[in-house]
Amino acid sequence: MAKAVKIKKKTEEGLHDFLKSLLDKEIIKGVFILKKMDKTGAVSYSLITDPEEFKKAVPLYPYMPVNAGKALANFTLLGKAEQPIAAILRPCEIRAFVELVKRTQGDFENFLIISLTCGGVLTLKTISEPDQDKLISQYWESVKKAEVFEHTREACQFCEHFLPLNADITVAAVGKKDLDEECLLFLNTPKGEKFAQEASGSSVSEEIETEKVQQLKKKREELKEKYVQQTETGETGMKSLVNVFAPCLGCHGCSHVCPICYCTLCEFDSKTLQYNADGLSSDLKRKGGLKVPSGNLLFHLGRMTHMAVSCISCGMCSDVCPVNIPVATVFSKAGKSLQKVFDYFPGKDAEEPVPGGTYKEEEFAEIGEQ
Amino acid sequence: MEKKFKPNIVGFLCNWCSYAGADLAGSSKTQVDPSLSVIRVMCSSRVNSNLILSSLLWGADGVLVAGCHPGDCHYEQGNYYARRRFALLKKITKILNLEPDRIQLSWISASEGKRYAEIVNQFARDITKKGPNPLTRNSQT
Ligand code: SF4
Ligand code: SF4
Ligand code: FES
Repeated sequence: MAKAVKIKKKTEEGLHDFLKSLLDKEIIKGVFILKKMDKTGAVSYSLITDPEEFKKAVPLYPYMPVNAGKALANFTLLGKAEQPIAAILRPCEIRAFVELVKRTQGDFENFLIISLTCGGVLTLKTISEPDQDKLISQYWESVKKAEVFEHTREACQFCEHFLPLNADITVAAVGKKDLDEECLLFLNTPKGEKFAQEASGSSVSEEIETEKVQQLKKKREELKEKYVQQTETGETGMKSLVNVFAPCLGCHGCSHVCPICYCTLCEFDSKTLQYNADGLSSDLKRKGGLKVPSGNLLFHLGRMTHMAVSCISCGMCSDVCPVNIPVATVFSKAGKSLQKVFDYFPGKDAEEPVPGGTYKEEEFAEIGEQ
Repeated sequence: MEKKFKPNIVGFLCNWCSYAGADLAGSSKTQVDPSLSVIRVMCSSRVNSNLILSSLLWGADGVLVAGCHPGDCHYEQGNYYARRRFALLKKITKILNLEPDRIQLSWISASEGKRYAEIVNQFARDITKKGPNPLTRNSQT
């Protein structure tokens, strides 16, 4: 059983009111949160300081226009937040932030991190659906029942890590039937407890990993098998890999939205890997023809060696791919295997070094001896 | 009759151990397979995964990386990092079924001219047996 506070209000409203009172009383100086734009359906992360502006905030709106871990790192790259800020992030966004902090690309200090038991986010395409409101209410119905909603990202559909790590406060959502009657906030840290004193609710003790939560975990694990099998590279690995990435435009959108790909100048956007005349003619001699733009497979494989071990499987890459390549499924699968090799869980602990940045003297004994 | 396949193998040798080992093999007139094209690098840790991958995509049938034995790196920890990176790349080639045996990391010291020759000759035999690398010949990559 875990400490929690129960507010007798619709979940999103309860959270909204709680944050607003923190802001009103200047206990926090800003909220990093999703906000509705004036155009219908459009939503964006915003850092809000004005309580009036805060009215447009929609804390649990099921979209991820950018991985918020990446956005928070942008704010704190050059220094920590000077004032206390509340940030509402999904579990994989916190994990992305941790991975970035680890790489000295951001700073955790002064954030009150609020997350939720996550039912996933809808694919970005659905933003332009004429019937978006209906879709969203269907989404919440399925979250209440701890189901997998078909219009969520594939990466969400097979995400089994939807209970947040490193959150001060966790909002109960998955499998919570009475989502529309009460707002349940789990207080995971002393910091969370301190701030939650401002919430107008009653202290309770509740189970965070309910039966429903476990059910969803199981469902998602099953789906993972299914999706991964669809991208199986089989016996002729190269052939199927080429096929998976055959429609790739080389736009590098997948890497630009990737929170782990933080490099200011990506090696694959630079000119270092471009053909010179010699390379071009020797390649043509061997292949008899050259795909243009070239270097697709080098990009994907190379990028995989750079970031997959830290892949937190948020699914941004697949969501922005204009030609529907299941980038996230392929990378997440590779990531999981690499993480096993290094006994590493990305986003767990900001103090733990990245696998490529450390070593043990005695390891991988089989490598090098032949 | 078809022409016998002669592989193209790229060898990244660290300056302080393996390159010197290669030198020793040469000066003691040990037979070394000529399919290896040697690129001298300052340390095995200089070899990032893109060097290996681009070799494989741009014409190599195999890639050999060689450096000082663990504990002997001229820069102290370089080869420990190289080993991790190599383990990572090897795993990727395994999961994606990309013929992991086409890449190899070997520790060869400056005094191991004979070991150098053995390793290169064995690797060349293995790669010859495997035949041409499909990655370098695919026009859709
Ligand atoms: S977003 Fe899609 S099309 Fe663009 S580089 Fe990535 S895989 Fe290729
Ligand atoms: S692919 Fe590599 S170089 Fe490019 S942004 Fe990602 S980590 Fe950086
Ligand atoms: S100098 Fe030889 S491996 Fe580092």
